[in-house]
This record gives sequence, structure tokens and C-alpha cells, in this order.
Amino acid sequence: MKFAGKRRIGALIAAAAAVSIALAGCADTGSGSTGSTDAAAEGSGDLSVTFVPKNLGNPYFDASSTGGKAAVEEFGGTFNEVGPAEATPDGQVSYINTLTQQQVGSIVISANDPSAICSALEEAKSSGVKVVTFDSDTDPECRDVFVNQADAEGIAKTQIDLIADQIGGEGQIAILSASANATNQNAWIELMEAYLESDYPDIELVEVVYGDDDDQTSFDKTSSLLQTYPDLKGIVSPTTVGIAAAARYVDTSEYKGQVAITGLGTPNQMREYVESGTVEAFALWNPEDLGYLAAYTAQALIDGTITGAEGDTFEAGKLGEYTVGADGTVLLGDPFVFNKDNISDFDF
Amino acid sequence: MTTTDTTREPTPAEAAVGAPARVIAPFGRPAWKRLLISREMAIVLLLAVVALVAMTAVRGFAQPITLTYLLMDIAPILLIALPMTLVMITGEIDLSVGSMVGLSSVVTGVLVQAGVGFGVAATIALLVGVLGGAVNGFLVTVVGLPSLAVTIGTMALFRGLAVGLLGTAAVTSFPAEWTALAQAKISGTPLPYIMLPFVILLAVFVVLLHFSTFGRGVYAIGLASDAARFSGVRVERTKFLLFVLAGVVSAFAGIFFTLRYGSARGDNATGLELQVIAAVVLGGVSVFGGRGKIYGVVAAALLIGTLSSALRLANVTSDVINIITGVLLVLSVVLASVIDWVQLRRARLAAAKAARVGTKTTPSPTTSSPN
Repeated sequence: MKFAGKRRIGALIAAAAAVSIALAGCADTGSGSTGSTDAAAEGSGDLSVTFVPKNLGNPYFDASSTGGKAAVEEFGGTFNEVGPAEATPDGQVSYINTLTQQQVGSIVISANDPSAICSALEEAKSSGVKVVTFDSDTDPECRDVFVNQADAEGIAKTQIDLIADQIGGEGQIAILSASANATNQNAWIELMEAYLESDYPDIELVEVVYGDDDDQTSFDKTSSLLQTYPDLKGIVSPTTVGIAAAARYVDTSEYKGQVAITGLGTPNQMREYVESGTVEAFALWNPEDLGYLAAYTAQALIDGTITGAEGDTFEAGKLGEYTVGADGTVLLGDPFVFNKDNISDFDF
Repeated sequence: MTTTDTTREPTPAEAAVGAPARVIAPFGRPAWKRLLISREMAIVLLLAVVALVAMTAVRGFAQPITLTYLLMDIAPILLIALPMTLVMITGEIDLSVGSMVGLSSVVTGVLVQAGVGFGVAATIALLVGVLGGAVNGFLVTVVGLPSLAVTIGTMALFRGLAVGLLGTAAVTSFPAEWTALAQAKISGTPLPYIMLPFVILLAVFVVLLHFSTFGRGVYAIGLASDAARFSGVRVERTKFLLFVLAGVVSAFAGIFFTLRYGSARGDNATGLELQVIAAVVLGGVSVFGGRGKIYGVVAAALLIGTLSSALRLANVTSDVINIITGVLLVLSVVLASVIDWVQLRRARLAAAKAARVGTKTTPSPTTSSPN
């Protein structure tokens, strides 16, 4: 036992040493990669901008980070992206704390929960870090500026303009929504009805059906809509699940080419239907532009051009001038329309 | 060894035979030596090394706020690891703790939303923890099902209840004085307030495990359940109590979690059970039961926390952090088994050799009887 024991000490020490060397190696590599951040932070007034997406490895946020990175490179700052592997608020809090410790210039974050990350962001703010939310906001007092992708009016108007254009300005249409009590969906539908009434009197909205953001339910609802209304000329689906299911149904049915499908969708889901001609055009915001604008907003906050007060204006590179609206919100603009010509430029 | 003259030094071969040699005082390792070469101490040393490396090599690590954030991040792991250590020393496991954190969070949230005072809501959440632990304990000890199966079931059940009660919504309207308390530091120190209940629970569990008859029973159950039963340990009652303790401490951690993030959600603390079990196993508790110490587990939880804090500060991505902590965990378990295997093999070889040598020269009762 005595000798075995001694060997055991040796083995344990060796193991401990091996692990700690490995760890030291990792730590060194890590700090090596932040070297550029350090230099920039010292040189040019802390233009280090760190994006914190809802989770890493999400194509939507990969696109927004691409835009953010492009903007940061334009204004000569340093770009970084960190975040949890799972889209959880507690995971984000750890990263916000880390960035507070690192004293980065700005955190650009899409919140997994409107209030759970609030106090961590407030701590960051009070230690001098500028906080920009994009895509998904927190409570207004926890951040400096929210970069909003699109407002409800713009979303409603774009979709109605798209369907009107595709059916020639007259005829019956239906709406395939998510669930009957989805707040944002209902707000959009109300605005769409009002806009139809004022601008397109020849278009008749025959029914609003709910697919519950379930692919099969949305598929079945599309089928029954088309059988119930033989003269139906178009379906608007303001939800990515709904529009994809509706397009899939029409793509393989006798209604292909007869019934227009539009609404809010993602390019990757809709690509095959746009290429096959079932869907002419649909809308969503451009996440790359959203990230680009959010990064420029961070810069404007860091260099003091804006404070987040209503009426502040700043330049956002290729996107032009923006004004801070009520509640410290910056609006990207009307939704982006995807069609056969531009869909291949997007991957999310 | 009964016939051996205690003044004579036994040969290494005799010592290597095992048990009989160990009782002879000059050849048992002194207490300080045993402490120094234990697996637990290796974790403590590793923690010190990692902390030192982080403080010198990672920018932003060497500041008091690091300790605050680190302790707040791992507080739920630290808390739940205490009862989990005891559960696992008895050879059982509780996979439902993370779901219990979520359920207690949601129960607190739903009650507060319904206008119940926070104190009452939290008390009810703790009772839910007692009840959930009792369900686990009942199914394991009375029905006699394996705890792995039972707690996989209740893990899904508690999580289902949590998500079912609140859906995908979140309750965020908690009294400001309570959320502030969960995030506050003890004045003048970087220690968050959650360390107070943790230290109290730590003292309770250390006494329970290391300084009481109950604790000796816990080890005995893990080493040999039947032998423990025959020597008067109330195996079922002990296990039942441990599951209840795991439930109620998880519920407490759930209340802290809710207040810290100011948000009660059904998916709160998803996967926490694995982090707790990782800390317990890394801390030297055998997955087969029977061995382990609380200070090893506490050191392991701190090690995991320090490591991920330092790696995050060094801008290492979260998937790489997961890989590193995973490798550390696997290494610790593999190394422990390899060392055990090597020792066992060496003891057998030595015993065989001693038997051969013994029969030629000095036959003695000990060496002639193989183990």
C-alpha cells in the first residue's frame, strides 16, 4: 500500500499538471484572440462592440452578426460575438456579466427574456458600457437604444401591398395566422383590415384562419380555405410557419399558379417555392441590415453622438441617417421584400 | 498478522497484502498525508492552480466582482450539490433536481401573480419541493424502483408541470426588495447574500455526513446496503430523507434562481441536474456510492465555476467551454478508475509474489491465505 500510495500521488500530480497546462494553454489562446480588442480599446476610445445573440449557431443571428461585423469594420472598431449555446436568459446573464468585467465599449444584444437580463444590463450600463438591444427588446430602462426591425404599420402595409400587387388589386383573399391569441399577429391583422378598407376597396377579406404555428395544422387550414372559397385569389400568412405550409400545399396542388401566397417568411424556408414560381414575393426584415444598424447605433452611443433621447440623429453608413424615436427606439424601416432576384443573397 | 511481533518491521510484501498490514500504526499513513494525496485535495489544488493562472493570464479576472458573479452563477449548483452528495454516496441518484428548480420557480411565480405574498408563495414552493422529494423517496424506498428510472420520470414530470402551469410565458412581477436581495452583496465584501444560507446548509450537511451516526449510515449504505441494514442502519428511512432534502434544497435554489433573474419560467434551470452531478462526480464522489467528501464537491463546483468564468473572459466560445469541462469530468472519472485498477492489480501481483516468497522462506498465516 505504501508504494502504491506514492505512485498514486505521482499520478494525481501528473494529472493535475496536465490538466492545468491544458487549461493555461486555452486561457492563453483565448486572451491572444482578444489582443486586438485590447489594442483598439486603448487606441480609439473603446469602439469594441460585442454582439450577444439569443444563441450561437443560429442562422438568423449569424446574418445579423455579419452585418454588425461589416459596420464595425467600417468605423474602425473591434467586433466580437459571444453568447450561450442554448437560448436561455440565465446563459445570457453570464455573458453580460463577463462583458461588464471586460469593460467593452458596447453590448448589442437580442434578449431571450424582456426582464430576466435587465439587472445585469443595468450593471453594465452603470459601469459605462453602452447597451443596444436589437431584434428582441428588454424593458426600456435596461438599455440605451432598441433597434427595431419593423413597426406594426410597416409590416401590415407591406404584406397587403404585396398581395394586392400579385392578384391585380381585386378579388377574395384570406389570412392564415398563428394562434388566435397571438398579440402581435392580431395587431397586424387589425392594421391590415384597416389598410384594405382605405386603400383596396376591391379586395375582400373572406376569412382569418389560425394554424397555431404548427406546420400540419397550417397545411390543413390552407387546404380547407381553398376548398371553401373556390374564387380565392390569395392567402396572406404573417407567420413563417404558416406561409411555408401554405406554399407547400399550393406547390403540389391544382391551385399552383392560380392562388398567390405571401406574408412573412424566411428565405431558407421559402427558397424552393420562389424558385418553382409558387410564391412571387414575401417579406421579412433583413437581419444583416438590422445588425449593421445596431452596430452603428452602438458607435453613435460610444462616441456621444446620441444618448438615446428622442430626436437624436446619427449616420449609419450605407443605410443613411436615422432618428431615435419614442422610448429610445430606432426603426430599421419597412420590411424587406424577398423575390426571385434577391433570395439567393440570403442564408437564414 | 496476529502472530507478528509488532516491533518487527513487516516486509513491503507483507504490507502489500492489504488489510491486515494497514491496521499496524507505523504503516498506516498519517492523517495529514492521507489528506494531501486524496482525490479531493487534488481538486482543491487544481482549483488553486486554475484560479492563479486565470488571475495572471486572463484580463478582467482579478477583480472582486469576478467572485460575486461566479458565486451567483454557481449558487444553485453549490446548494443542490450538498444533498446530491449524500444521495450519491448511498449509491442512488436524483435527476429531477433541475426540473424541481423550474417547478418551484413557476409555483412561486404563479402564486405571486395571483396576488399571494412573496413569503407565502416561497413557503408553498418549498413545500412543493418536500412533496416532490417525497414522491422520489417513496418510489425508490417503498416501491423499490431504481432511483435512475424514478428520477428520469419525475424529471419529465416536474418539468412538464412547470411548463404546463405557466406555458411559455414568464412572471416578472416580483417585489423589488426581494430581487434586490438576491442580487446584493454582503456589505463590504464581494460575497452575494446567497452565501449566507449556503454556509448554513454547508455546516448542516458537513455535520450530517461527516460527524454523525446518520452520516456513517450513508456511507455504509453505499458500500454494502445489506450489510448496513443488518448492522442496524435504517436504509429506507435514510434514503427517503435524502430525497426529501434534495427536493427541498432544489426548491430553495429555484426561489433564488427566480429572484436572481427576476423571472419565473417553466424552462428555468434546464440541464442544471447534469451540472450538479458533474460537480459531485468531479469532487470525488463515486458513482457507485460509498465514497466522497463534501469539501471535494464544493471545490469541484468552484473549479467548474472558475473555469467557465475565466474561459468566458478569455473569449472562449461556449461550446469550447462545454468541451473543456466535459473533458475534465471524463478525465477525472477515467483517472480514478485507472488508478483503482492499477492499485488492485499491483496489490494482487504483490500478494501473489508474497505468497510465493512466503512459502519458500517464512511461512506465516497471513501470506499463505490468499485474499
